[in-house]
Amino acid sequence: MSANTLAIPPAAAADALLPLRILFKETQYELARLLRSRAYSLSIIGFPVMFYLIFGMAYRGTPAALYLIAGYTCMGVVSSCLFGIGLVLAMERAQGWLDLKRASPMPRFAYIGAKVVSCAAFALIIASVLILLGNAVGGITVTATEAASLAGLAIVGSIPFAAMGFFVAYLVPPNAGPGIINLIYLPLSFASGFWMPVSRLPHWLQAVAPVLPSYHLAQIALVCVRLAPAHGMGLHWTVLGGFTLLMLAAAWITFLRNEET
Amino acid sequence: MSTILSTPLAVPPTQVAPAGTLDSRPAAESSVATLESVVKRYGNTEALRGYDMTLRRGEIVALLGPNGAGKTTAVRLLLGLISPDEGRVRVLGRDPRSADARRRLGAMLQVARVPETLLVREHIALFRSYYPRPLPAAEVMRSAGLEGIENRKFGDLSGGQRQRVLFGLALCGDPDLVLLDEPTIGMDLQSRRRLWDAVRALAAGGRSVLLTTHYLEEADALADRVIVIDKGRAIREGTPSEIKHGVSGRRIRCVTRLTPDHVRALPSVMSLETDRDALVIYAEHPENVVRRLLLEDDSLHGLEVSAAPLEDAFLALTGGNDPSD
Repeated sequence: MSANTLAIPPAAAADALLPLRILFKETQYELARLLRSRAYSLSIIGFPVMFYLIFGMAYRGTPAALYLIAGYTCMGVVSSCLFGIGLVLAMERAQGWLDLKRASPMPRFAYIGAKVVSCAAFALIIASVLILLGNAVGGITVTATEAASLAGLAIVGSIPFAAMGFFVAYLVPPNAGPGIINLIYLPLSFASGFWMPVSRLPHWLQAVAPVLPSYHLAQIALVCVRLAPAHGMGLHWTVLGGFTLLMLAAAWITFLRNEET
Repeated sequence: MSTILSTPLAVPPTQVAPAGTLDSRPAAESSVATLESVVKRYGNTEALRGYDMTLRRGEIVALLGPNGAGKTTAVRLLLGLISPDEGRVRVLGRDPRSADARRRLGAMLQVARVPETLLVREHIALFRSYYPRPLPAAEVMRSAGLEGIENRKFGDLSGGQRQRVLFGLALCGDPDLVLLDEPTIGMDLQSRRRLWDAVRALAAGGRSVLLTTHYLEEADALADRVIVIDKGRAIREGTPSEIKHGVSGRRIRCVTRLTPDHVRALPSVMSLETDRDALVIYAEHPENVVRRLLLEDDSLHGLEVSAAPLEDAFLALTGGNDPSD
């Protein structure tokens, strides 16, 4: 009798925790898989780091060296989400892997959650490497508070662009995936001031920038490293929040349409 | 127990008798999966046109047909990956999209690429984590023949080994029903035989297996029941030997002056094709046909009468579509 009463609660608890355990495992393996894929991790982490070693070092010891840490962190956020979710999911969909997962009892939220957490982890790695580089060789000082807020932004900022990644994954034809995603990602990076201040861009681009969610991400990043005043933060966060909802709705609609074919 | 014995199982009773192995597999469900008058359209083409199918417990059923016949559509319906336009799909008495159905079902699909940087044992561990009561990892490795390659990256495996990993993923949940879509594509003969043994072992343990194939040899070697499907319809159903004999009768090959239309009209002729200068005739009563042929054409030569191999039966049934194209 006592053995029975003892035996039941752990089993029930295990069942209740199953979805969380699946989320954990799914995340662990998604991250391992992306990190081990050298072509992927070298390009996603390598590009912002290489850019910093070239352009950041050229402005060594100036505010521009700090600016680029913020800008390239945003670049890391957007690229890890658009490629890590947009491209990877588009391929998994085309290659039948997603179907096999869908046919299994894997909860949908575990699959989605694992991808979001993995992208945020990549963004966090990129932010950390850039901050270390800035302090070590960039001739500037990123304080602990600035570093923490920039790292926090890399994580939180991954949410809106992860949502965009899900939407993009259902839009792009997988064969043309890398090309089309670059076609979105590179102009977005340029026009949002990831590479140079928006004030240096052509006038018509300066007018376009404020409608881009990535511009608002970059503005928050500049506030994090105290290169911009904090008074516009409310607007920037509102735009990012609204963009997240819009992308989630668009992704959800396309996802449902694909579930039902 | 009586419900089990009265169930028209196509496997010998010895394979279902040991009660111990049946504990986790409810005896009440004699049919584990059904498609009822299912219609599935893709745009203007009908992949399935009023298709009925029942899968019983412990049996291995082969869906045999040329590409585009509707085999994969049937599997995707059973997996709840697509829904029927008309008709009804039930798996283990439930909607195939329910989590309950999915927990008791294992699937092997045609997957072009699997994440390549994960190790075999990691793939298995991840899929096992989806199920409340998974098959022990060692058991999965043994059944799918993955012993010795557990620590290899998926990307480093040969084609046959990759197929075995996909088969292993289908076993992770200790399923009651296993769906295998073209399971032995890209496998060499030895791996194919090993997989066949593994599939037989599944059925012997009381599980049901549905496999699609266009390898006639595979259906012949494995299936208790073969369903020949073409253009979205089941056109014949039976044991492999019934398909071979009942369908095609005998095959008559000869060179004759008689026109194909004339020969086709002879009694008991089922189908007919031309092969270079010869006619190949499938007839239920070949003796009668040969008698008439010889009577009507004294120049007839090159006469052969043989039992139609399964491949010929299949070709005759599906209107001459090459199953391998």
